Amino acid sequence: MLESLPGFDPAAPLLAVDDLHVEFGAARVVNGVGYAVEAGETLAILGESGSGKSVTARAIMGLVRPPRGRITAGAVRLRGVDLLRLPEESRRRLRATTVAMIFQDALSALNPVLPVGFQIAELFRVHRGLSRRQARARAVEVLDLVRIPAAAQRAGDYPHQFSGGMRQRVGIALAIALDPKVIIADEPTTALDVTVQAQIMRLLREIQREHGTALVLITHDMGVVADVADRVVVMYAGRVMEQAPAADVYARPAHPYTEALLGAIPRPHRRGRPLAVIPGAPPDPARPDPGCRFRQRCSYASEACEEAPEQVEIGPGRRTACHEWERVSGR
Amino acid sequence: MASLTPVSGSADLRRPLPALLRRPGFVISSVFAVLVCVITVVPQVFAGLFGHGDPRRCDLADSGLPPTPGHPFGFDIQGCDLYSNVVYGARSSVAIAVLVTAGVLVIAVVLGGLAGYFGGWVDAVVSRVMDVFFGFPALVGMIVILQTLSVHNEVTVSLVLILFGWAGLARVVRGSVLATVNSEYVAATRGIGASVPRILLRHVLPNSIGPALVLSGLNVGLVIASESALTFLGVGLQTPAISWGVQLNTAQQYFTTNPHLLIFPSLFLTVTVLSFVLLGDALRDAFDPRLRYIR
Repeated sequence: MLESLPGFDPAAPLLAVDDLHVEFGAARVVNGVGYAVEAGETLAILGESGSGKSVTARAIMGLVRPPRGRITAGAVRLRGVDLLRLPEESRRRLRATTVAMIFQDALSALNPVLPVGFQIAELFRVHRGLSRRQARARAVEVLDLVRIPAAAQRAGDYPHQFSGGMRQRVGIALAIALDPKVIIADEPTTALDVTVQAQIMRLLREIQREHGTALVLITHDMGVVADVADRVVVMYAGRVMEQAPAADVYARPAHPYTEALLGAIPRPHRRGRPLAVIPGAPPDPARPDPGCRFRQRCSYASEACEEAPEQVEIGPGRRTACHEWERVSGR
Repeated sequence: MASLTPVSGSADLRRPLPALLRRPGFVISSVFAVLVCVITVVPQVFAGLFGHGDPRRCDLADSGLPPTPGHPFGFDIQGCDLYSNVVYGARSSVAIAVLVTAGVLVIAVVLGGLAGYFGGWVDAVVSRVMDVFFGFPALVGMIVILQTLSVHNEVTVSLVLILFGWAGLARVVRGSVLATVNSEYVAATRGIGASVPRILLRHVLPNSIGPALVLSGLNVGLVIASESALTFLGVGLQTPAISWGVQLNTAQQYFTTNPHLLIFPSLFLTVTVLSFVLLGDALRDAFDPRLRYIR
């Protein structure tokens, strides 16, 4: 389906976000975010609440809609096809078949008055034109794929009859049903307890490995990132601060914000001492600022920071947006 | 909450009818609602149960007499048998109530739903039109329109009541659609590529129609009362017509001397309204999966 759309280029990255700007009224929530992800790769998007991670994801899915939000500039390309310039009807047909999303809270992302099997079957009926009966059979297969026991019986149950972990499995089933090329998981494990978190992450990885899907994983759990991510994008105040292969970020952060985030992880040997925190609060997105948005909370801030730093390439696949990156990474 | 009882619990879930039949509220209210509907369709069967059963055979000598054997409800001020009048009165009253409720519900769901879903200028236009109807004195409007129309039958009275009644319900529908549209599962549905009609009919409507249905059930009584108010003002159904509204209005003047004139028609009105309200409530409880486990 993607092949027939204007701008298709098989050599272009599977999903590339380029200089994306999103506004909600006066609040500029996303200010020039860019990242790319390839098939089979896991890209983790890190950052605190309000840094624009989810809004970027929703903009990719086309869920930022006027009058509430507006995409003011930028491009979202799937193999070169710019989604933001496609007519709504083509975009609609790409959703779930090419890009799919897993929502944070599966309970609110499922329609409470329809059985879960029906909601999954709907996908096959809308996008594949299957009959009611065939679609239902496929829905049961998908529920089985996400390891819901007794899937055939459970398909007739309503969302509130599932436990939190099972519900998130249903959410994943909805996302993978049509075998999309890109899955965006918006904090898929935040609403779950720790043991279930591990199961869900394992499930996501297995599905990704079997189907060669690109996974964009939005999270603020550094542990999850270390576990599953190939590459990491660190976001703050609607901008990308640093992007790098996952191992490099942990070994040698090249941005003060990344360093501060890593420093805030509770560690066993620091038991009994106060937790390290980042002082201050994130800036007001409604107030534009020509300088680096992190400088008020940054221990490396200098006069140069009054001007926003450009992203610089500092190594293979590594970029950082900091004037002082050499001091930070100790080079 | 028995959320994981697989066998017995989910048997109820898939077949709501047997579960419904075990609810006394549903059984009693539906018996009464069906009874009222049957009376509406074939009043002659019920009118003949006592006495002569002809609402038009009157004798002024009997004017306002209290209940006697053969005339269990007594006589009205024209000396007609009150029981057969009340039975025949169900026809106009229930017809108007059903017509108005259905009409208001359809208009309110369509306009309120579109306004709430699309927002923007659609919402602006619909909301301003609603404001016009809120700001306008409805009674004066109804009098003017009915005065201009020379025919005063069930249809014209219903149309006028619909015209001045839809705005309130449309506002309720718009509000609950707004709340539903911004919920995560509608975004998720959009995210899986569902088309706009599908989102509206399958996902938004079933989740937002609850309050509108309950309000419509309660409105049934209000509609019958409005019909009687219009009759009282001389622009509703005209005197040869028989309706509960006409009867209640006549009864107002004689209430202190002949209380049975007021009591019997209002008894029927109350039972009718109550049975429709309870029926609506029981149906909603039974078909809303979110409420089904709560007994």
